[in-house]
Parts: sequence; structure tokens; C-alpha cells
Amino acid sequence: MIENNTILSNDKPQTKEVVLELKNLNKSFGENHVLKNFNMILHKGENLVIMGKSGSGKSVMIKCLVGLIQADSGVISVMHKDITTLDQTALDMLRSDIGFLFQGSALYDSMTVRENLEFPLRRHSSKFKKNVDTNTLVLEALENVGLAHTIDLMPAELSGGMKRRVALARTLILQPKIILYDEPTSGLDPITAKEIIMLMQDIQKKYNTSSLIITHDVDCARVISDRMILLIDGTNYAEGTFEALSTSLDPKVKAFFKH
Amino acid sequence: MLDKSNITLRLQTFLIEIGDLSYFTARFFKESFKRPFEFKEFLRQCYNMGNRSLLLVGITGFIIGLVLTLQTRPTLMEFGAVSWMPSMVGISIIREIGPMITALVCAGRIGSGIGAELGSMRVTEQIDAMEVSGTNPFKYLVVTRVLATTLMIPILVVVGDAIALYGSFLVENFKGNVSFQLYFNQVFESLEFGDIIPATIKSFFFGLAIGIVGCFKGYYCEKGTAGVGHAANSAVVFTSLLLFIIDFIAVFAADIFYDL
Repeated sequence: MIENNTILSNDKPQTKEVVLELKNLNKSFGENHVLKNFNMILHKGENLVIMGKSGSGKSVMIKCLVGLIQADSGVISVMHKDITTLDQTALDMLRSDIGFLFQGSALYDSMTVRENLEFPLRRHSSKFKKNVDTNTLVLEALENVGLAHTIDLMPAELSGGMKRRVALARTLILQPKIILYDEPTSGLDPITAKEIIMLMQDIQKKYNTSSLIITHDVDCARVISDRMILLIDGTNYAEGTFEALSTSLDPKVKAFFKH
Repeated sequence: MLDKSNITLRLQTFLIEIGDLSYFTARFFKESFKRPFEFKEFLRQCYNMGNRSLLLVGITGFIIGLVLTLQTRPTLMEFGAVSWMPSMVGISIIREIGPMITALVCAGRIGSGIGAELGSMRVTEQIDAMEVSGTNPFKYLVVTRVLATTLMIPILVVVGDAIALYGSFLVENFKGNVSFQLYFNQVFESLEFGDIIPATIKSFFFGLAIGIVGCFKGYYCEKGTAGVGHAANSAVVFTSLLLFIIDFIAVFAADIFYDL
């Protein structure tokens, strides 16, 4: 069903707690108005996929969410806290509840896998009980992604898929409540991409995290999404389940699924 | 050919960059006194910068000492003043040539390295990843590196000066049969606090400039991998220019305070 360019599905988890909300988000770079009154809600335990063409503002939106880019206007509410009004210390504390998987993995080149995973713990060690050993946390996170044997390797010694899994382990180590995935399967072969998607599903089931996934990958969206938003020209053009959107007759929506 | 609007635009860009650099420097001083202090990373940077630049600084200093003595000797002989060689070389190296050559070598070796490293971290989103994890990347990456260059450049200058003087001694020993003790006695007799203190203070500023400019260029690197090359290159060019300006100010100030 299409209503005002928005496809609504019947099984949207309306009653669940909202963990992340964007209201009328705007962001421009000079003359280029990237996000135009963008709105979005993420519920607890939900996998929300955002699809859009390159340059449609997906990465800008996700970076606004964690305060890496300052939005021009709008409300960004993460677990009922407006991040635009938080001071740096409060924002850093809130960030420990948000995991971010970067498109290119963003592992620290000069550090081993162990040091990469230990790095976020330096600032947020107070989040864990005093008797919890750092080494145990690192090993547990690496075992979750099946890469415990790479603990003393450098990022340069890992394949693209392994890097992405180590980055996911680094994201998990702070036990976040929300995980933001920026193109989690881009640049990976189909088999590795499938492994990453399975891993994301396992993590969601194991930790009951809420996930916001930005992707071009229709297969990824089909497998993982509870709900989807199509971002076109900086606005949420259409919203609904994968089934509802993929069978839409709207030409702009159809263009995303025609392959 | 450059038209008027193009020149205005370039001047505007240059002035904006100077403003940004000043803000970056002010932020460095502000963050330097804030906790937590990244002491381990600071020591790692000191070791990397000192250890990796030592050979280059040593070789450069040695050659400068040799060449300076070899080229000056015939002129001094002509005036019958060859016995002044240790004093002349000592003052030249300690006051000016040693700090300047070492700083220029380190601007190329360390400044470009910092620019490229931070630039690469910026374009591969490693700096963003640090920020998202709640760590202050400015403190971890910039403050440690700038403090390390500020401390290590004066140490490298002292080492470079000593090796340059030794190179000069070898020429004098070979050509004039001057002993080690006589040569260095003459060098130290001719030196005063007015030679050593301004040169040492100047070296700290050289280190600060190398660190600040390298970090600034890398930290705000844009335009992908091409931007990394540009960051490294412009770090060296900008630092070299800044070193000469600092040197001019230092010599001018020393002239006032020590009446050189």
C-alpha cells in the first residue's frame, strides 16, 4: 500500500520501545542539500535497513547519528537523549552504547588485532565489572566472529572479509545496544558477504541489539531487514517491509529491486 | 596567467589556513594539560621519531662538518687564520647550521611521515573510529606527536652538532694534524651561553613547528588517497618555510638579548 510516497506494512513493530529517532534532520554542504527533513525511528531489537543511491545522504545521516558530522537542524535522539545538546563527556559515554561498523573496516593499521580491540576499552573500562579481564573480553569478542586465532596479527595480514569481522568484534566489545552498519558487505565476494550477514543475524539474536544497516545490497536487505527505508534525494521516500517494497509499482522504488 | 580574482582567492585560502593552523595550535596547548595523559603513546612516538631519524641526522651532520671544514680551509689558510678553524666551525654549527639542517632533515623525515600517517588514518576513517569509540583522537594522535617532536628535535640537534664537529675534526686531523683534545678545547673555548641557549630554545620551536604542521595537514586531510600525498608534501613545504621564519625571529631576538 502506498500512501504519500510511503509504503506501509502491517507488521511494523509499533509498540516496541524507540531507541533511536531522527526528526526533521537537515544537512547541507554548501549548495548541496543532502538531507531534507529526514525522519526515522528505530525500535529495540529491530533491524532497519536504509537503501539509497550513492550520494543520497545515507553515510551523512549515519555520521550525524553519532556526532561525527554536525546536522544543520533537527533532533537526533539516541536512547531518549538528544545528542545535539550533550557535552563531549556525555556524548562519549553515550557512544559506548552505539557500535559503528565502518565501510572500510577502519582498523588501526599500526596496532595488532588485540590492540585494536583493547582500544575502545581504555576509555570505557568502567562499563564492566572490576574483575573482568581485558584479555577475556577481547577473546570473547573474537570468538564471536570466529577469529580468535588472529589475535596477534596486524590488520595488513588479514583478508577483506577477516578485517570486516575483526571490525565487527571491535564494535561488539563494548556490548552496544545499537549497532550502525555502513555498507557491511561492500567490496566483499558473495560468499564472504553472506557470512557477514549471517554473523550480523547471530549477533542480533545473541545480544538483542537494534541495528541500522545502510546498504546497496538487495540480498543483504532481504535476509536481514525487519523494515526498510528508501532514501531518495535526502528524504525518506518509501518505508515498509522488504516484501512490501520489492513488490511496489512505484517506478523509483522498483528501480532498486529490478536486479 | 593569474588574474586578480584568482590572486584574491589564493590569498583568502592562505589566510583561512593560517587561522585554522592558529586554532589548531591553541587546541594543542589546551588539550596538552587535560587528562588522561597518553604517556605510553608519547614514549612510543619519541622512540620512533628519535630512533628512525638518528642515522639520517648523523650522516647529514657528518657530511656538513666535513664539507664546511674542507671548503673554508683554503680561504683561512690564505689569511693565515687556519688556527681559527675550530672556533669558526664550532660557532657556525652550534648557532645556526646544526639546528637548521637537523630541523630541515626532520621536517622531511618526520613532518611528512606524520602528515601521511594521519592523512591516511583520516581517509580510511580510522580517526572517526577512534572518535566513535569515545577516545579523543586529537589527544591520542596530535598531542603525543607534537610533544614528541618538541622534545626529540633538540636532542637530535645536539647529536647532529656533535657528529658535525667530529666530521670537522677528522678533516683538521687529516690535513693539519690537529689532536682531538686541542680541536675540541678550541671549540668549547670559543662558545658562550649566548651561542648555546638561543640555539637550544630555537630547536624546541623547530620541533613544535614540525609536529604542529605535520599533524595539521594530516588531521584535516581530504580528497582520498591523493589528499594523503598532498598532506605529506605540503607539510614539508609549509614547515620548511616556517623554520626559516622561526630562525629569523630567533636570531633577531638573540641579537637583542645577547648582543651578538
